[in-house]
Amino acid sequence: MSATASAGPVKEETPFRRFAREFAESKLAVAGLVVVLVIAALAIFAPFITPQDPYDLAQLDIMDGRLAPGALNGAGTMHYWLGTDDQGRDMLSGIIYGLRISLSVGAGSALIAGIIGSALGLIAAYVGGKIETLIMRLVDLQLSFPAILVALMILAFLGKGVMNVMLALVIVEWARYARTARSAALVERRREYIEAAECLALPRWRVLFRHLLPNCLPPLIVIGTIQVARAITLEATLSFLGLGVPITEPSLGLLIANGYQYMLSGKYWISFYPGIALLVTIVAINLVGDQLRDVLNPRLKR
Amino acid sequence: MITWLLRRLFQALLVVLAMTVIVFIGVNVIGDPVEILISPDADQAERARAIIALGLDKPLWEQYLHFLYGALHGDLGRSFVYNEPALRLIGSRMPATMELAVTAVLLSIVIGIPLGLFAGLKPNSFFGRAAMAGSILGFSLPTFWVGLMLIMVFAVQLGWLPSTGRGHTAELFGIQWSFLTRDGLAHMVMPATNLALGNIALVLRLTRSGVRENLTMDYVKFARAKGLSPTRVVFVHVLKNIMIPIVTVIGLEFGSVIAFAVVTESVFAWPGMGKLIIDSINVLDRPVIVAYLMMIVFLFITINLAVDLLYTVLDPRVRLETKE
Amino acid sequence: MSAPTLEVRDLSTHFETRAGVVRAVDGVSFTVSSGQVLGLVGESGSGKSVTGFSIIGLVDPPGRIAGGSILFKGRDLTKLTEPELRDLRGNRIAMIFQDPMMTLNPVLRIDTQMMETVFAHAKVSATEARQRSRDALGMVGIPSPDERLRAYPHQFSGGMRQRVAIAIALLHRPDLIIADEPTTALDVTIQAQILAEVQKLAREAGTALIWITHDLSVVAGLADDIAVMYAGRIVETGRVATVLDRPMHPYTHGLIGSVPSRNRRGSRLRQIPGMTPSLLNLPVGCAFRTRCARADAACEADPPITEPVPGHALRCFHPQLEVTA
Repeated sequence: MSATASAGPVKEETPFRRFAREFAESKLAVAGLVVVLVIAALAIFAPFITPQDPYDLAQLDIMDGRLAPGALNGAGTMHYWLGTDDQGRDMLSGIIYGLRISLSVGAGSALIAGIIGSALGLIAAYVGGKIETLIMRLVDLQLSFPAILVALMILAFLGKGVMNVMLALVIVEWARYARTARSAALVERRREYIEAAECLALPRWRVLFRHLLPNCLPPLIVIGTIQVARAITLEATLSFLGLGVPITEPSLGLLIANGYQYMLSGKYWISFYPGIALLVTIVAINLVGDQLRDVLNPRLKR
Repeated sequence: MITWLLRRLFQALLVVLAMTVIVFIGVNVIGDPVEILISPDADQAERARAIIALGLDKPLWEQYLHFLYGALHGDLGRSFVYNEPALRLIGSRMPATMELAVTAVLLSIVIGIPLGLFAGLKPNSFFGRAAMAGSILGFSLPTFWVGLMLIMVFAVQLGWLPSTGRGHTAELFGIQWSFLTRDGLAHMVMPATNLALGNIALVLRLTRSGVRENLTMDYVKFARAKGLSPTRVVFVHVLKNIMIPIVTVIGLEFGSVIAFAVVTESVFAWPGMGKLIIDSINVLDRPVIVAYLMMIVFLFITINLAVDLLYTVLDPRVRLETKE
Repeated sequence: MSAPTLEVRDLSTHFETRAGVVRAVDGVSFTVSSGQVLGLVGESGSGKSVTGFSIIGLVDPPGRIAGGSILFKGRDLTKLTEPELRDLRGNRIAMIFQDPMMTLNPVLRIDTQMMETVFAHAKVSATEARQRSRDALGMVGIPSPDERLRAYPHQFSGGMRQRVAIAIALLHRPDLIIADEPTTALDVTIQAQILAEVQKLAREAGTALIWITHDLSVVAGLADDIAVMYAGRIVETGRVATVLDRPMHPYTHGLIGSVPSRNRRGSRLRQIPGMTPSLLNLPVGCAFRTRCARADAACEADPPITEPVPGHALRCFHPQLEVTA
């Protein structure tokens, strides 16, 4: 140890750059992020990428049903790299379109639940009193039952369908955001800038959404990322159980369910590859979420 | 202690009541009660008669009281499909689910705690890191997909284990159990493992972080300064402390194990409550759905109460506070 | 004088962190004899607690004893294996910790925690172990020890818990007790009681005692010898009366000046200017020179140990030899 206390002038680092640098410290998380971006791109540009439109029955040939991976189609014009399902649908195309459904249902419900839950959590923290008690009791009740069970019951009452699945996911998920937003807001509202804003007699909603919300965002983003993965898993599970999205536009979960019966006869690919796609998606999102938590959580800062 | 228990019981009762309201609203307001409670095959005259018989022409609050009265007497309607009282139907499937859930919880304790202890004591060893990485997978992998993979590998490819069903059962206390026969046990291995996976990961992580946290505590250092052997420090001083949160979490997780049995039972065609409820939802056998719901609510509340009681037994600090 | 119970020679304990090597203890030497009390004084982070843990062999990684020797009744503790050390811990060498609220395991009864200590070093029956535990509790002034044995730690007050910890330390009548700020967390009146009792017990049993503290007044009333630590080194050592009456090291001077006293009522308390330096980034030479009024260019070299008065040693180029206070 030498006396090197006189440090040179440190280059000014923007918050975003620092965030990016700290995020990049985990190679695994960066890999996860790349995978997430690739998957998102695949889902968005699905019609331009896939060899086949899996929803267009005119393009399917039932004679090509349950072909093994790498097989040539009946007309000899294309290979089914990941095989085909019982309808003769190209699994690769089916998986990419399935990703599209899974991602949009997962991300969509997480976003809606995030907005509703965060708003309720912030209101609970900021208003307090009876309203806070009521909201937090609801949160406790909600969280004391497993998500799968609540979703199952909602779908049992409402019936199947993409909208009902999303509704169920939102109802299942909002409570976590509410709890996170409230605890973050309870910490933030004691800070001086909130007092300052209140002293300026700014309208309450303005203090709430313009001042409190932005400062509560980091934990919400972390929860949000992990909740997207949870939502995708839950949607896949519900669809696998036959309670989720309709059969005409199958998500990954439904693709897996469709292949289940053929798996016992050794035709593994109908279930296996959609499963791998699901797995990669969930693990990648979780890796990103884990690292986000480490970077954004001030308690873990050195 | 008695007043505390009474207060907890009263709270539990309130939650049950609240849940009956929610279920009642779910059935009567969101869904169409005629469609829910009366067989879809019934003709017009039958429907009209049923509506009067069921009291659906009465005001909502009166209907609710009627529903509550029925529920209190164990009458939650008859299954359309099995033509049996819904509650009895569920009761007959419960042992299969319980057997699976208890095995899964035992597995998560027997596997999760030792792995967690090791990972906590040697966090930087290869095995410690591997256990942690594995636990992340245990969390992220969807239960149903893991179940499918288990079947694919162990039943289809290797042919070691039977893929579905309960296998041979034997009778004990008038109930059929799988764990009493070799064949039944073989059938249980995969579903129980599948159901336990998430909990193994959870228990592992809890144990690990508990060990890591407790090892830095003064009382551990003091115990070492007393000249105790490392075994005694870990297995008495540390383990006794981390058992409190672990038992709490395992107890509370028992409820979600039963909930997730829905998925596992569907994958492995295990004839328990979970499989029954999925089948009932698919054929709209709604009295069964309502009965299952009430049963689960009751189960959850019982579990919560039991965990609270257990907690006071385990933690001397809580024990004293509740006595005074 | 007979051979000292403990002789620490040139002890160095280092922590290898990612940011660099922290020399928490850097060449410390002292001796304690049977029935004697050594007060080890310093600010937090001066290395006094690490010194204590080094002796008993409980420095947690990434720390390790990097050099020197610890001779306990002639045996070098740094060369012992872990089982050999464990044999001594709680048996011949006992330690009392700072925070009595944290040192007892909250979920184990007092009898469990005492009897396991007895069993760790003696093959005795449970009845015998219970008897010994009860006697130890009685010795430290806990009323109705039989009943208290069956209690849990949280049923005791802080002072009572520290008495229990002391009782546990006394179970095997050790030759050396290391007390790491055992009264800091307690009320002043309880502090005084415990001090008096420990002193009495140590004198009667002929136990050597190392009392680690930042409180000079405690040392003044309790110890025979004093060693003042600063940044991992002993900067001044000698008989308590000599060092406290005629401190020669500027740091000791500053410490004494910062203690409120009735004699100096009305005059301003003198503070030591500046802050304790980070052990990762110590000034070259005398670690205290950046805060020292007497420092000059000479202090950029390591000050050697000198003994201007026999029995009163220090590390300083500019000792304050004339009597000032």
